[in-house]
Amino acid sequence: MTAIDERVLELDPEEARRVRQERFERIGRWVLPLAIMILAIWVWDRICVWNEIPQYILPRPGVVLWTLYNDAGLLFSSLLVTLRITFLSLALAVIGGVGLAVLFAQSKWVEMSFFPFAIVLQVTPIVAIFPLINIYVNDQTTKLLLCAWIVAFFPILSNTTLGLNSVDRNLRDMFKLNGATRWQQLRYLRLPAAMPYFLGGLKIAGGLSLIGAVVAEFVAGTTGQSSGLASRIIEAGYRLNAPRLFAALFLISLTGILIFLVLSLISHLILRRWHESALKQER
Amino acid sequence: MIREKVAQAPASDVASTLLALRGVGKVFSNGVTALSDVDLTIREGDFLSLLGPSGCGKSTALRLIAGLSTPTSGVLDWRGGGSADRSNIGFVFQEPTLLPWANVFDNVWLPLRLKGISRAKATPAITEMLARVHLTGFEDAVPRELSGGMKMRVSIARAMVTKPRVLLMDEPFAALDEITRFKLNNDLLELWQDERFTVVFVTHSVFESVFLSNRVVVMAARPGRVFDELAIEASYPRDEAFRTSPDYAALCRQASDVLVKAINSTAGAHHDGH
Repeated sequence: MTAIDERVLELDPEEARRVRQERFERIGRWVLPLAIMILAIWVWDRICVWNEIPQYILPRPGVVLWTLYNDAGLLFSSLLVTLRITFLSLALAVIGGVGLAVLFAQSKWVEMSFFPFAIVLQVTPIVAIFPLINIYVNDQTTKLLLCAWIVAFFPILSNTTLGLNSVDRNLRDMFKLNGATRWQQLRYLRLPAAMPYFLGGLKIAGGLSLIGAVVAEFVAGTTGQSSGLASRIIEAGYRLNAPRLFAALFLISLTGILIFLVLSLISHLILRRWHESALKQER
Repeated sequence: MIREKVAQAPASDVASTLLALRGVGKVFSNGVTALSDVDLTIREGDFLSLLGPSGCGKSTALRLIAGLSTPTSGVLDWRGGGSADRSNIGFVFQEPTLLPWANVFDNVWLPLRLKGISRAKATPAITEMLARVHLTGFEDAVPRELSGGMKMRVSIARAMVTKPRVLLMDEPFAALDEITRFKLNNDLLELWQDERFTVVFVTHSVFESVFLSNRVVVMAARPGRVFDELAIEASYPRDEAFRTSPDYAALCRQASDVLVKAINSTAGAHHDGH
């Protein structure tokens, strides 16, 4: 009896330590990166002050924030232009990627024949292809969309293809036994089974479509009223308007982070009940 | 000599023959002979176990019966001629093989759904089937929230919801702990006695095969073949009392002896072959 009691008592501090550690970790996960970020910004600010660096080379964080507020009209209208291209190309990447993956999944032969094309498209730097697109496509929006799409669609295609092909063998037999048609097998078995893979691809594609949109704007060199954030950056660079450059950069990063967070949330909401990846986050 | 014994069994009761395997063999493309010259008659209402060591082709035989695979030689003769009507076959795999994203209700609905039966129309059958496997109240749970035994119950419910004439089971309880397995054995027998469908049950457990079946077909490996058949004449219902009875122990010993012989015959054949 006493031995058991003692063991329970012995365990207690250990368990308590574990609980305490878990609590620290939970808080630390948020506080630590935030503290480091604030520290970095403070160091940045101090470096500017101590070295008397002129604003057109490295603006102080406060100035960047002030510019963001001052030029809000200009910057946010540009952000909207970039966002439009980003989301349209992401939507097209989803449609194209999933559509092609479903097509590939219909037969091994189709996949073997056409997958190399997708890889060629993926590995060729978009900046190098752009001059060609510039020749063949007239419409500015179409040009940008095409660029961003080429960058973003591959992870969706490759992940969804993998997902559609990794269905449990027994489940496939079960569908066969029940006389499932091709369409039923796709609708009720292969597409749901591919969902975690697709969502993984979507998370990557979300960031890539933003990168694609910005790169496309850069190489397209759009100017004028309806130009995106990339042209604001180029413009600011020419004018040595470093604060605005930083502000635009900040907006792009923030957008990328937001896209990632939103897609992660969507992924989590869809998978939380059944998939291992979502399960671990819950605990 | 052995084949004679098997062939005699159906002769007495031709009318109720459901399926006859005649000279069925299966050779895989890698040269492995999974089954060789199998003669086996399955009668309507049989609870037939295929018992044997791994590699004896019992799972292959089950897949052939299910129509998931076609024999290299021989024929499967279904009563009434023609090939198996798949809607008349239920299959329970070694793993529960459930859709992980769908809840229990939807998993059981699946075979009906694939036949175009709407949720509303299927609900009475699903509710009844879930009650039969003691899963009422778990309709909304997803597979990962269930224990191994419960998942297997869902799998059985799914196989039975179409009211198949034949239930094929491929070592369904092999991965479960003994307590759960005994419970599921009892429940399966209860289900079988009520509905009197035909069961072909693949297992490598002597005790399980004797407890459940009225016929135990012992198979040997390399090549996979039918070695011998035992009739288990103990009456149903069989319960915990039967499980601990001397009769049961004697039958298990008998089946065990035959199984040992089957395994030894494999060793001999193996040496002969090389």
